[in-house]
Amino acid sequence: MTSAHVPVGQAVTVLPRKRIRWGEVGVQALLFLAATVSVLTTVGIVLSLVLPATEFFREVSPWDFLTGTTWAPLFLDAQFGVVPLIVGTLMISFWSSLVAFPLGLGVAIYLSEYARDRVTRVLKPILEILAAIPTVVLGYFALTFVTPLLRDLGLDVEIFNALSASLVLGVMLIPTVASLSEDAMAAVPRDLRDGGYALGADKLQVSTRVVVPAAISGIIAAFVLAFSRAVGETMIVLIAAGQLAQITFDPRETIATMTAFIGATGNGDIPTGSIEYKTIFAVGLTLFVMTLVMNLVSIRLVRRYREVYE
Amino acid sequence: MTTLDAPIQMGRQRRVWRNRLFQGAMLFAMLVAFGTLAVLLVDTVVTGWPELDRQLFTEPPSTVAEEGGGRPAILATLYLGFLVLFMSVPIGVATAVYLEEYANRERWYNRLIEVNIQNLAAVPSIVYGILGLAFIVRGIGLGRVVLAGALILTLVVLPTVVVASREAIRAVPDSIRQGAYALGATKWQVVWRQVLPAAIPGMATGSILALSRAVGETAPLIMVGAVVYVAFDPTILGAYTALPVQIFNWTKQPDPTFQTLAAAGAIVLLVIVLSMNALAIFVRNRYRKRW
Amino acid sequence: MSVTADGSSTVGPFTTKAAEDWKAAGGSDVTVGISGTGGGFERFCAGETDISNASRPIKDDEAEICEQNGVEYVELRVAIDALTNVVNIENDWVDCLTVDQLSVIWGPRSTVKSWKQVDPSFPDVRLRLYGAGTDSGTFDYFTEAINGESGASRSDYSATEDDNVTVQGVAGDRGALGYFGFSYFEQNQSTLKALEVDGGDGCVAPSVDAAQDGSYTPLSRPLFIYVKRSSLEEKEDVRDFVRFALEKQQTIAQEALFVPMSREQIDEQLAKLESATS
Repeated sequence: MTSAHVPVGQAVTVLPRKRIRWGEVGVQALLFLAATVSVLTTVGIVLSLVLPATEFFREVSPWDFLTGTTWAPLFLDAQFGVVPLIVGTLMISFWSSLVAFPLGLGVAIYLSEYARDRVTRVLKPILEILAAIPTVVLGYFALTFVTPLLRDLGLDVEIFNALSASLVLGVMLIPTVASLSEDAMAAVPRDLRDGGYALGADKLQVSTRVVVPAAISGIIAAFVLAFSRAVGETMIVLIAAGQLAQITFDPRETIATMTAFIGATGNGDIPTGSIEYKTIFAVGLTLFVMTLVMNLVSIRLVRRYREVYE
Repeated sequence: MTTLDAPIQMGRQRRVWRNRLFQGAMLFAMLVAFGTLAVLLVDTVVTGWPELDRQLFTEPPSTVAEEGGGRPAILATLYLGFLVLFMSVPIGVATAVYLEEYANRERWYNRLIEVNIQNLAAVPSIVYGILGLAFIVRGIGLGRVVLAGALILTLVVLPTVVVASREAIRAVPDSIRQGAYALGATKWQVVWRQVLPAAIPGMATGSILALSRAVGETAPLIMVGAVVYVAFDPTILGAYTALPVQIFNWTKQPDPTFQTLAAAGAIVLLVIVLSMNALAIFVRNRYRKRW
Repeated sequence: MSVTADGSSTVGPFTTKAAEDWKAAGGSDVTVGISGTGGGFERFCAGETDISNASRPIKDDEAEICEQNGVEYVELRVAIDALTNVVNIENDWVDCLTVDQLSVIWGPRSTVKSWKQVDPSFPDVRLRLYGAGTDSGTFDYFTEAINGESGASRSDYSATEDDNVTVQGVAGDRGALGYFGFSYFEQNQSTLKALEVDGGDGCVAPSVDAAQDGSYTPLSRPLFIYVKRSSLEEKEDVRDFVRFALEKQQTIAQEALFVPMSREQIDEQLAKLESATS
């Protein structure tokens, strides 16, 4: 029964009488079922976070949680202010974005506007390789190579510090920013560039004043995605940034991110019951909401600033 | 390209310098990206080389660093890889087919599914770990076993597989479908016999890349307790520890030999992940169809 | 059917070594996790593990949960530990701390940020703290012995259930101070220095002898494993493994850099095991 799905112009074979092809119906049902897996996943995530978090918020007021500046949930005089964890997370995201945004955009402009085809064909796969490095290896690299290097360079960093993790994370995100930005720039039609050249602009001006603004929605989406990935990153910070929940804006110090807290505390067992362990879900929920909001904002931004070239 | 008196006026000298500076900046960006990659690979290989021997693959881990190996972890990672492949590809492709070929975009539930997949792709992997712990390990009581880890990793990479498959299906030109319909094929016949075969290279590429990510994931597995010390080969319903988690555990141990082991494990993991990536790139280039 | 053990990261290396030797002697598979003493008990009393490694005795509320869930157990001592305070090897200004000084540093209201605040004769170096997480038996024991109440501690330090991370932290920072079980110090003597502790009778260095004869106070402590009674009865492997671990305690302890028990202490535990399984 393909009534509503008949594409225009299809030659319809006229059957003597209508017949429901049960095979087709069955297939469609099966496919729909497969598609619902993703919905169930989201439902599962929401449930597994919200239910325990609600219990948590019955004992700890959301206000104290969101505004408190001391995070000491597992100690005798327990304090549940999540601000240090958020500050830690944002510190990492900030410093890594400082690396990833300009460098990623630079790489993108180069690949899109300057590099010859042959060069691009070689470089793009290498970028993909960089993106594919497992984060545990990156964390190990940050701890055993970058931190000693920073110390040798004279920066008095603690053994676990935000800077090493941020630098490595930033480099890891360059491919993300680069590839999405490059896609956006590739979608800008030649005519716009040609128009710029015709007016006497050079390559630099065309790239930065014509192409980039035209592709800005995709570039912003790339930035937001990279930032959101930085927020959600666990292994690099768990290995190299430390577990000391404190409010500091000095990247040379030890910090704790939301993800590191979850990873370190949930290490293998989360028993049902104690308030201490429900903190994992409260923090997890905060993290989930943050990344969700960023994702929605990114979609909005893309829609708002998208230039359509048809 | 002559520089006529143009609306954008600039001294020629300045122009040249600005361009040079900009090109320098871009080159710097490339240098940082590729240079870091090179340094990382070299550092890992050089550090881990001493421990990269048969023992790494044949011996279980040990408290005595010199005697330890990563055999259970490597095996478990391979098992996980296969399980994830067999679970994520069918479901992911089926979802993509549904969304691209069958779903009526006007319906609210179909739009919901689409938005949902986009959001899932942005969820941090550790949140999947929480989900897995609550529902898979505890909820249905599967426990800390390989199958549970595989299920969670499948959920992590599913959005990626779906997105890649959708793009592959979308790239198949409509004329192919139209031709098949014109010959009297049913929708499923069109999909199964025309669209999917044409989309296979794209889907394969996406699946392999998703798989390589699954193999390298650590955070979700930590949450479901890929145990610290496992000295026996993994079975699907048995306790396990995966290679990334094993590397993580070795990294934490201050004994320099363990650090070397960590680097050696990292080499193995990199080889696995990078060869999968290379395979994906190869498939993409070889079978790239020009319509 | 493998034997599952989980719990203290202090006792973990001992059980792991025992498991290795056991396997080499033809025994079965044993898995060892390090969720921390508290975490181990949670799983143990939920019936998930056969053995719970613990660096402190089971608490009353934990025992109650076990009882509620019908989990009966036998408590066995497997080693003695000298809870060691460590500083970076380049720390040349302190060799011994009194319990009071430790309490000043680690107390719940403490805001000590510099070594100079501990003792005016110390240099003004930033004091960075690394220690056990709250799920750790080491934490419970240390806070009780030093601050008088289990769980009473300042919270602004790098806390972890995995003592290896503490080792890394202290080894990487000149002004650092940390604490963990003796075996972790023994394994890292090239980068760490152990402090002597004055428990009222003068400075005593942590050592095998001082732990055994009890002169290293208040930080010598017994290390335990708790074994589920039903596992002992139903799983032969569990019974044999625990017996093996006790009988070979001295060898295992030496290999894993723990403090061995005396023959009488071992026999005492073996007797306890036998009576539990009969």
